[in-house]
Amino acid sequence: MSKEWPLWEIFIRGQHGLSHRHVGSLHAPDAETAVKNARDVYTRRSEGVSIWVVEARHITATAPGDKGPIFEPSESKVYRHPTFYDIPDDVGHM
Amino acid sequence: MYAQMVKSTGEGVKTLDEMAPEERAFQEKVDQDIRIEPRDWMPEGYRKTLIRQIGQHAHSEIVGQLPEGNWITRAPTLERKMILLAKVQDEAGHGLYLYSAAETLGVSRDEMTEMLLSGKMKYSSIFNYPTLTWADIGAVGWLVDGAAIMNQVPLQRTSYGPYSRAMVRICKEESFHQRQGYDIMMKMAQGSEAQKRMAQDALNRFWYPSLMMFGPSDANSVHSEQSLAWKIKINTNDELRQKFVDQTVPQAEYLGLSVPDDTLAWNEDKGGYDYSEPDWDEFFDVLKGAGPANHDRLDARKQAWDDGAWVRDGLLAHSEKKHGAKVAAE
Repeated sequence: MSKEWPLWEIFIRGQHGLSHRHVGSLHAPDAETAVKNARDVYTRRSEGVSIWVVEARHITATAPGDKGPIFEPSESKVYRHPTFYDIPDDVGHM
Repeated sequence: MYAQMVKSTGEGVKTLDEMAPEERAFQEKVDQDIRIEPRDWMPEGYRKTLIRQIGQHAHSEIVGQLPEGNWITRAPTLERKMILLAKVQDEAGHGLYLYSAAETLGVSRDEMTEMLLSGKMKYSSIFNYPTLTWADIGAVGWLVDGAAIMNQVPLQRTSYGPYSRAMVRICKEESFHQRQGYDIMMKMAQGSEAQKRMAQDALNRFWYPSLMMFGPSDANSVHSEQSLAWKIKINTNDELRQKFVDQTVPQAEYLGLSVPDDTLAWNEDKGGYDYSEPDWDEFFDVLKGAGPANHDRLDARKQAWDDGAWVRDGLLAHSEKKHGAKVAAE
């Protein structure tokens, strides 16, 4: 078996000004080809206006086992949400 | 389905009490419909069964391009040709989404391709039937994609995250496939006598192979029982087949075509049709490689793989050379 093309992660920005979003991955020999292939695979039905490709090995991710220590602290900080504060109706919309 | 007779551990489903803590935590997540992601702990049997199932599904998408590709150059109008090209291109995309999902389980796409070519992995039995006339392209979209949708819609809720996300994308596109097939059938069924005969002939040949797509009854299968517990299978084969028959018979009636089954009758009690089982001996023969088009399909895949080797290697060499030149210039 010959050497396999590297894996690229594909991010697409949709029409409505939102951020690029991960849509999937594909194999390609280089970045330019990855962009061309991403266009053919992931934007055939006008799903996007911009494409980012990143080689999968360059992505650093949190480990599933660290989910607790990393994300749980934010669960107890309800005061970070606007709904935590009671503003009298008389004040009007805020 | 595009995945048939997928073997699981064969050991029967463990109760939560019989499981080690890691496995119990895993099963509880599955039971609560929390998705399992690539780097989460999972039982080895789950991983292996999923590779078999998703791989087979991916291979089916790719091999499934062949019977339809057969008609691209002979489509009756330019519009039909463009539509068929778009559909076949979608199938390539579906294969890619699924290979990507399987790759997150620790197998490479090239490994899966090699396993398909060596016969270690299978693809759906349905693609071993030839597409002899243009009406067959209609029947494939209507019946084959229709049967696939039956299975794929529930699989959007499957426990494995990457597989579930691939299914969501595929289902969005699949509905176009089925409707374009039915559109061809309508045209033929409303056409000349010869066209009607062609449409009926296509239905006659594709009806039972489509029912076979769901696989034989798995009411007592330990493999299916495990897959259901892991939520990588959502319905039994018989449930899906019944649903498919109930949905398809009225569509055939609308076309003015008759389903080639004398025993077909509405059963008020069960709220569904009674129908004849396909010839399961034929199904097993096709799986073993004795279907009408098995050799052609695998030969075509092998040739594409071998003939494409220099392109794959050449593009990679070019990329490495460009990268080398860039590094040298810095």
